[in-house]
Order: sequence, then structure tokens, then C-alpha cells
Amino acid sequence: MTRVNKVDIRTWVLSGILMASIAIWSPLSSAARAAEPIKIGFSMALTGGLAGAGKAALIAMEIWREDTNKAGGLLGRQIEFVYYDDATSPAKVPGIYTKLLNIDKVDLVVSSYGTNEIAPAMPIIMRKKLVFLSLFGLAVNDKFNYDRYFQIMPSGPVPKDDWSRGFFEIASAQNPKPKSIALLSADAEFARNAVAGARRNAKKMGLKIVYDKTYPPGTADFSPIVRAIKATAPDMVYVGSYPPGSVGMVKSANELGLKPKMFGGGMVGLQFASIQKNLGPLLNGIINYDFWVPEPNLNFPGVKAFLKKYQEKAKGKGVDPLGHYLPPFAYAYLQILGTAVEAVGSLDQGKIAEHMHKTTYNTVVGPVKFGSNGEWAKTRVLMVQFRDVKPNDLSQFEGPGKRIILYPKEWKSGNVVYPYK
Amino acid sequence: MFLDLFLNAVVAGILLGGFYAAVALGLSITVGQLDIVNIAHPAFVIVGSYTTYIINESLGLDPILAGVLATPVFFVGGVLLYRFYYVSFERTGQESLSGLAFFFGVMFIVEVVLIMVYGVDYRLVEAEYIGKTIQFGFIIIPIRMLAPFLMASVMTLGVYLYLSRTFNGRAILAVSQDRLALQLMGADPVKIKQLALGIAVATAAVAGSLLIIIGPVEPSVGRLYIGRVFAIVILGGMGSIGGTMTAALMIGVVESLVATFYGPSWAPAVGFIILLVTLAIRPQGLFGRA
Repeated sequence: MTRVNKVDIRTWVLSGILMASIAIWSPLSSAARAAEPIKIGFSMALTGGLAGAGKAALIAMEIWREDTNKAGGLLGRQIEFVYYDDATSPAKVPGIYTKLLNIDKVDLVVSSYGTNEIAPAMPIIMRKKLVFLSLFGLAVNDKFNYDRYFQIMPSGPVPKDDWSRGFFEIASAQNPKPKSIALLSADAEFARNAVAGARRNAKKMGLKIVYDKTYPPGTADFSPIVRAIKATAPDMVYVGSYPPGSVGMVKSANELGLKPKMFGGGMVGLQFASIQKNLGPLLNGIINYDFWVPEPNLNFPGVKAFLKKYQEKAKGKGVDPLGHYLPPFAYAYLQILGTAVEAVGSLDQGKIAEHMHKTTYNTVVGPVKFGSNGEWAKTRVLMVQFRDVKPNDLSQFEGPGKRIILYPKEWKSGNVVYPYK
Repeated sequence: MFLDLFLNAVVAGILLGGFYAAVALGLSITVGQLDIVNIAHPAFVIVGSYTTYIINESLGLDPILAGVLATPVFFVGGVLLYRFYYVSFERTGQESLSGLAFFFGVMFIVEVVLIMVYGVDYRLVEAEYIGKTIQFGFIIIPIRMLAPFLMASVMTLGVYLYLSRTFNGRAILAVSQDRLALQLMGADPVKIKQLALGIAVATAAVAGSLLIIIGPVEPSVGRLYIGRVFAIVILGGMGSIGGTMTAALMIGVVESLVATFYGPSWAPAVGFIILLVTLAIRPQGLFGRA
């Protein structure tokens, strides 16, 4: 009996001490939590096929973190990144986001680079009802219809069709109008989507599709493809390709004298400095998509300062040395997230999403307004034409005059040279 | 018009096949003569491309010459690699599965090291003849494809002559068939094998220089060639140098014809169908010994 009492007393004393210590520590710990950094979690392609873009994006994101932390952070808290390499493997993405949310307990999430790496994260993000800013996904939300998804690539409200709209609007404005088109696409998700949109736009314009094929990754020689296209004598050639294919097509077309009236469209790679330098004058006349070029009318506040920092940090890292294509957008998507968090004054995902739906954000890539599906409310996929490009000179691409903006009209910086020579 | 397209496709296919032969040659030696499934071979080819890029960029040397100059270093690399492989796996009789895993590992290490050192940007080379063409009537030949074909032919012929005409070469041919007999002839199988792997890896330097002449290269691009080069080696009859060249030309021409007349996406599939049909009729491959 006495023994039991002794144990009881000891238990009471111990629990009393425990309760008291919790009471003493809890205000301290909540104060500590307020000073704790805000964790932003993401997966990123740092190795594998898309690593060139992923690494460049990370540099841009780190510049934003430094800028923001220097200015006092968000909500008075410093920013910390928690990220993992998805090795350009979509299969790794769900695991990474599960870990970020359940183990690392991040406060905010953003996406990896590219359609294939964004889509696999969606179900997890949606289950947790998080705001998801994504970096260069083409029409990812078409199937999910998630109201907290926002995408920074300026494809526009109908991504697949808007992607090539400019190419066809430029063609329509010519006299006489081109009558036929050849379509070539890389055998992969993004390029197929882009060419599917181009096919619809071509039909809408009443063009005769004389060639419509795909090519597999690992194609070394594009001359059979170029010859087959040449045999159909199209007025226009629209190509949806990845860098090796873009280079192969441009070189083969020049070697074999493929001269349609318009050539280009959705060729990934022609935006990258190393490829631009190597192709040099072969690029002249090609009309291709782009998102940001150093023309004077796209000189948005902060973009030059950002690029200067990026170019400094990119040295020796084997990423795009100029960084015009992706890095400003990787900076901008965090800029939008930061602005929204500051504006609503909390990390409440519902309020952040609401703010993003109704606000126009001023970013380094210009004013950004999202539509109801989370894509840009209005397309700003630029169609640029290469002009006066000289051989073997990287620095010529730093300034204006080499990539003339033909479309959209409000951002136009020059007139088209047509037909393509 | 049809004849024009057909002949151009055949010529383009032969040139492409020559390049495939250059990539497959080293693998043909390792798989056919050494029983080593060197899955890392395409990764070595990419190292060859990067070496070429560095020499071309810094010294301005011709890419093919750069590739040839790099062969001694690659040869030594191959010799050392065999030493390591022998000590770790072959000597203890674990070469089959562990060896395969080892070369898989080597492939990933090579890729990651390239990414860490040179980054992931696409690399290209400059040469006077890239972008130029030669025309014979209606046949247009890009020198960007012709130069790799010629170099690949010279290299394949060189390896063929070495293996068939010299003592060491014949020893390499013999080593996979009968180690004991080779020892009785006074040749050390380990030394012969390390010589063979040295030669195989050295060919990757040249093949890499040809690859980067044709198109842009980044560290993981080698993986795209694994299936195709293995198909060529098996189709040719493992270890037969002439067979490898013939199979490479065949696959090149078929791919080119299919790409021209049917659709580029079907080109690799048709290549593999030919492989399957050939194996059904001749399991040892075109030039393999039964």
C-alpha cells in the first residue's frame, strides 16, 4: 500500500515538472518558430536530359532567395530551400514531394522544370490543397483542372494552340498566303503537344498538310527527313524538336537546300547560347518561339540586373552562359509566390491562391496575370526571327537586333523578312 | 523523283552506317572476343566527344585529328579498366552478373563526372567542312556525314588487319575461344585481354569525335545508342569485325530508307525487326561462327 503511494507521488511530481517545463518553454518555442525560416520545397532536374535547364533554373531561384533574404525575407522570416534532384525521371517526382511534405514539412512548394516532371507531382499537391507554381509545363492542368495551379511559361489560356498561334498569324498576313505545310515532331510529350496545336492552327488557316511525321530520340542523321520534306515542296515547315533534333534539322536543311517560305516554329535549343553560337548564320531567317529576348521593349524592371547576376554565377557551371530563355522565368515564379505571401500576410494556401487569381504581378519577365486555368490569361509566346547573325560570336546575342520580335503585335520590335532565305 | 530519293537515302544510310560501325566496333571486340558486356561503351564514346570538344575549343585542331590524338590516353584507360575488372571480378569467377553491374556503374559514374566537371550544356565543335556538301548529279553528300564515314572505315579496316594479321591480334581472337590453348602458345590471356580492352576503349575516342561532328552532345546522350550498337554487334555475329561493319551499314541503310519513305519513328523498330528475323534464321548472327 505504502509502496503504491510512493510511486503515485513520484509520478505526480515528475508530471508536474514536465508540465511546468512545457509551460515555461512553449512561449519560447513559438517565438523560435516565428524566426524559423520559411521552407520552400521542390524537385529539380539536376542530372539527366533536362539538367541543363534545371541547373540554370536553380541558379536563378537561388538569386531570388538571396535577394529576398537580403531584403528581410518573407513575413519577417528568412527563406530556405529544400530540394532534391529528380534526375529528369518522372517516376522519382511523387516520392520527392511526399518526402518534402511529410518529412521535411516544407511550407510552400514549387515545381521542377518541364511538363513531364510537373504532372507526376500534381496528385500529391492536390490532395494537400497546396498552391503549386510550375515552371514550364505545357497544358499540365488541362486534365487536372486544379484551381491552385499557376504556370509561369507564357503559353496562354489554350496552351497547345497558343504555342504556335503566332507562327500561323504571321503566315496569314503574307501576300500571297502560303498554301501548304510540313509538320515534324520529336517523339515526346511536349513536342507532340506543340505540333498537335500547330496541326489545328494549320487546318484552321486552310493549309494543306503535305508531311506530318514524328522522329525518335537518338536520330543522328536528319538528311532522310529533310529530303522527304523537300520532296513534298511545302510553303512552310513547322518543327517541334528538342536540341539535338533542332541542330540536326537546321544543319541538314542548309546542307540540302530546303528553302520553304517559313521555317521554324517550336524548336527547343535555338534559344540556348551555345547552340546559337555554333549555328551562327545558319539561323538567319528562321522564325521560332521564344519567351524573352534582349529587345528594348522587353526591358522590364529588374531583368537586366538579374541577368547580370545570373551570368556571373553561371560561369564555369556548364549551363547556358546568357540565360535568356528559362532563368528569368525561374526567378519570376518565386517573385510571384513571394509577392502573394507578403500581400496576404500568411501562408494560408487558399488566400494565396485567391490573390494569384485576381492580381497582375510585375516581375522581371513583365506583367503576369493568370487566367482561370492557371495559365497566363493572354499568350506571350514570342515568335522571333533571327537576323544578321554572324559566325562564331556569342556576344552578339547579348544585345538587341539578332532576334526580332514579330508576334504578339503589342511586343513587336520589327517586320518579318518573308520568304525565308 | 523516286529514284532521286531512293539513291540519296541509300547513300545517306551508308554514311550513317559507317558512323554506327565506329561506335559498335569497340563493343564488338569486348562482347565478342572478351565476353565482357561493356554496357559503358557508349559512355566512353561521350568521353571521346568531350575530349574532342576540349581539344577543338582550346587548340583549334580538327575534331577527327583530336579524336585520333586522344586514342593513346583512352588505350591506357582501357588497360587499367581491365586490370581493375580482372582483379575484382574475373579472377574470382564473378564476371557474369557482377561484371555487368560493374559496367553499369562505370557508365553512371562517367556520366555524373562529366556533368560535374563540364555541366550539362550541349557541346558542339567547329570545323571548316561542317555545313559543306559535295554533289554528284542529284546526289548531295554532307561532308559532316562523309568525314565520319571515311574515318570509321579506316579505323575498322585498321582493327580488322591488326586482329587478323598480327600475333597479338590473333591471340585476341583466340582468347575467348580457348584460354588454355592460348597459354600453351606462350601468350598470357590476361595481358591479351587487357590489350583488347585497351583497343576497344581507344576506338571510343575516335567514335566520340565522329559523334560530335554529326550533332550536339551532352553527358547522357550515349544511352540513346546502347540499344542500337548492341543490335549491330549481335546482328553482325559477335566478335566479327567485318560482320559489325556489314550490320552497321545494313541498319544505317534500312533506317535511312524507312525514314525517307515511311516515317522516321519506324526506323529503329525496323532495325530491330531485321535483328529478330536474322537471329531466328541464323542465331549466331550474319558472320558469327556457329
